Amino acid sequence: MSAREDTARQPRGSAIRGALVHAFLIAAVVFAVYPILWVIALAFSESVVPEARALPLPTNVSLDHFVAVIGRTDGEGRWMFARQLWSSAFVSIMTSVVAIAIATPAAYALSRFEFVGKDASVKSLLATQMFPGVAASVPLYLLLDAIGLLDTLSGLVLVYATSAVPFALFQLRGAFDAIPKELEEAAMVDGATRFGAFVRVALPAARPALAITALFAFMSAWNEFALAATFLTREEHYTLPILLQSYATEHDANLGHFAAGAILVSVPVMALFYVLQRQLIHGLTSGGVKG
Amino acid sequence: MSLRARAILLVVLSSVCLALASTWTTSLGAAQDGRVSIFLWHAYGESEARGLEAAVDAFEANEARAGRDVHVEVTAIPFGAYASKLQAAIPVGNGPDVFVDAHDRVASYVEEHLVRGYGPLEPEQAADFEPTQLESLVYGSDLWGVPLSAKGLVLYVNLDLAAARSLETLEDFEALRDELPEGSFPIAWELDSTYASAAMFHAYGAQHIDAHGGFALDDAASAAALARMRVLVSDETVPSESSGDLVRNLFRSGRAVAAVSGPWLAPDLPPELRYEVRPLPRLRRDDGTEAALQPFATIESVFLASHDSEAGEGTSEDRHRMARELALFLAGPEGSRIRAIEGGHVVCSRSAWADPALADRTTLRAFRDAAAAAWPMPTHPHMSRVFGPVDRAIRKVLRGEMEPAAALAEASHRFADETRPPPDRRDPMWGIVVLSSVLVIAMLSLVRQLSRPEVREGLVRSMPAYAWVTHALLAVIVLVVFPLAVGAGTSFFAGQGSDLHYVGVANYVDILTARGGDLFATGSFWVVLAVTVLWTVVNVASHVGIGIALALALSRPVLKLKTAYRVLLILPWAVPSYVTALAWRGMFHRQLGAVNAILDVFGVEPISWFAHFATAFAANVATNVWLGFPFMMVVTLGALTSIPKDLYEAAEVDGASPWEQFRLITLPMLGPALLPAVAMGAVWTFNMFNVVFLVSAGEPDGSTEILVSEAYRWAFTRGHQTGYAAAYAVLIFGILLVTTRYLPGATGGAPRRGKAA
Repeated sequence: MSAREDTARQPRGSAIRGALVHAFLIAAVVFAVYPILWVIALAFSESVVPEARALPLPTNVSLDHFVAVIGRTDGEGRWMFARQLWSSAFVSIMTSVVAIAIATPAAYALSRFEFVGKDASVKSLLATQMFPGVAASVPLYLLLDAIGLLDTLSGLVLVYATSAVPFALFQLRGAFDAIPKELEEAAMVDGATRFGAFVRVALPAARPALAITALFAFMSAWNEFALAATFLTREEHYTLPILLQSYATEHDANLGHFAAGAILVSVPVMALFYVLQRQLIHGLTSGGVKG
Repeated sequence: MSLRARAILLVVLSSVCLALASTWTTSLGAAQDGRVSIFLWHAYGESEARGLEAAVDAFEANEARAGRDVHVEVTAIPFGAYASKLQAAIPVGNGPDVFVDAHDRVASYVEEHLVRGYGPLEPEQAADFEPTQLESLVYGSDLWGVPLSAKGLVLYVNLDLAAARSLETLEDFEALRDELPEGSFPIAWELDSTYASAAMFHAYGAQHIDAHGGFALDDAASAAALARMRVLVSDETVPSESSGDLVRNLFRSGRAVAAVSGPWLAPDLPPELRYEVRPLPRLRRDDGTEAALQPFATIESVFLASHDSEAGEGTSEDRHRMARELALFLAGPEGSRIRAIEGGHVVCSRSAWADPALADRTTLRAFRDAAAAAWPMPTHPHMSRVFGPVDRAIRKVLRGEMEPAAALAEASHRFADETRPPPDRRDPMWGIVVLSSVLVIAMLSLVRQLSRPEVREGLVRSMPAYAWVTHALLAVIVLVVFPLAVGAGTSFFAGQGSDLHYVGVANYVDILTARGGDLFATGSFWVVLAVTVLWTVVNVASHVGIGIALALALSRPVLKLKTAYRVLLILPWAVPSYVTALAWRGMFHRQLGAVNAILDVFGVEPISWFAHFATAFAANVATNVWLGFPFMMVVTLGALTSIPKDLYEAAEVDGASPWEQFRLITLPMLGPALLPAVAMGAVWTFNMFNVVFLVSAGEPDGSTEILVSEAYRWAFTRGHQTGYAAAYAVLIFGILLVTTRYLPGATGGAPRRGKAA
């Protein structure tokens, strides 16, 4: 389906209706952006004057919080922000690579083949998503310890894969369902193997869905804090969300640093959203978060 | 954005990543012979960490001068994860060799076998500490930690605002109230926290816990203290719904004459602020006598971990010796002097204070004097369970919902409930019998299935498909199914460490019968379940409603600024939810929140959002709707594009109104595409722990908790009752599994989308 709906239905709607739609959208945008503006105001305020205000404007504008967060070094003078940015990038990119690599062939099989145990596996997989993670973190900790991957970035990738793989499986199975089988059958008539048809026909057709699935896996790892804080120990392995949390200590929270860090963490995700916005809309639905 | 631009962006991003990677790998050092390396963990903030690190550097330098190659790796652990991380990491050798923590955890650490004893100190070492401070680290007959610093609350007084007034008693501060402008307070004080309000209870002669670990705040003296606190808040001497950050910001900005806070506030105060640190004021009791306000003293101590860290170097003997030497150095005169000078630690070592460099540090000395007069926090393991119930009682009273005596009686009841002994040991025989019969039956039915010829043929035919799925199947079993199964298994156990024992289904029985209490009281499983269902329904309905409305608006054929709207509307999705949830909590603050400020513009009286179930629930829902609508909007936008346009054209020819088009075409066509997303969204919302935990935190009085946040509380804040929390998780799992079977689109056999796609 092409996204060019623009030509099909020329509206005869009155100008009033158009204005109402804009009013509605503007109201929604205000709702969506207002709390974020507070975070931004906090990040750029040198000090916060606590008083009730309706407008999220910074007080005593300064970049101090950003300078402090980015310039943070540890006791031995190592530049922590760069290391933790690297950890975050490594873990998030690897999580999406691992999730896609494991899930894609299996999702394709779930979509194209009938086999014994298929229904049962899909149902069990869905069931695992209903189990609150609180019960699994201790066994996962012992598991990673047993294979020597505690306090390593690879270990954290495995932990994130536990939620990214099932999600990717559902997402991609839906995407393959939406691709007509006939294309691959035609390729196979022309002499391609099943694998060849998968690589040369199905994968390219599923590209938007693959991009979005990868983005989701990336995002979930990029923003996650609780598991990272449990499974990582050495400061140079920390991901950025842990750095963020370290500004909220026992008696006190440096919310300015916290907000500045939050903005720094969000920028890459926002950039990805912007770049991938068309895929976001088509990739998500051609798959459908199909249960 | 053009393809070219995207390619450039990609190249730039990846080269940045590569550059970072190379600097990181080259800086990795290699192990050396004869070297001893040990790990030190702490949860200090930045400025205090500097003091600790400077002292560690001095220790390493001393050792190097003595010809020993010693390396201490210092790690700052985020405070929120500290305790649970120590508990998980030390027993498997992944923890530190030495760690810093508060003295009041000593009993728990000893009983969980996480720490090693020090053995006797040299007499001159012991003489360097206050006897009471050292005694607070003795448990049984052994010494388990040495004191580093003492922390207690003090009174910061803004000298410009206080001018020449005499501010000796709380009553002097109350008299100030009428002179101050709106929005300013005589004292910024986090009175609704158990820790910060302890001095009030002490002043009335009340104690939190008795020698046997029983709840002691249920006498008349405690009620009198709480009644006095209520007056302080209601006459606005102290702000309501306070927090550490609010105290700091009020004092920093000159909107509070004084602040009750700890040494951690001083480094954050601007240099131009003229202030003085004093002990807390005195208080005049109802009978006219005066009493000192004695806050809790926390003695930060250094502990030796019971297990060596696997990542350390050197023989176990060397490392034990080095760990003990490091600990005694940090607590001793030289280490203390460095920590005090470089990090502003209020050190316990007496001789360190003789150093001339500390002579003119008046603020630091004031902290020390206040800490010496404070009340060491009781070390009984049950002390940590006092905080939750008492916090709740104080908040209820300060909000005027309950009388002090009744609220404290309720806290006492709750404390007893949370410290109840674990269920009795049961013979695991029946459990084993049931488990093995289930396994045997499963095996038998599997074998019977396999012996059927059509199944075997099916298997043979399935072989090519298995080649595609085996690796994923293995990954899911090892990483997902196995940990969940083990987790579910722990729901049949209670206790911790060596005390772990099988209790059968006792955890489930306790949960479902509300531990013998009222089945329909706040916090019982059934009430929380009802709240959770309401939470899920309201949220999902709002997500879908708002999502569809926005998607329809955005898919209008001629809409200006379409891309801008779309990008702005998905922003809530991009910012980490724990950050925005905290921002929302701030927006709902009664006195300082933006929501009340907006309502004020329309002439609405300020609302105490977290004081009532309905408003607190609404605050949670607003946050979660905000977080979740972009997803539904994007799904709907995509689904709309797959509706064939000719349907609308035909409808228009037939003269259907826009509303009829929506009802007869759009909705039926959207349905199948949205149902799976709705079902998934419902499961996510049911288990959405972040929002409830961070926005309302269960307030008021735990009534807005949902099942999963309740499970987290049992697992992490109510004494690590892992088995009990696991039973909650299994119940949640069961409820969702049963419910989704009867919801269309949620199960594995979801209705496939029409082949029209």
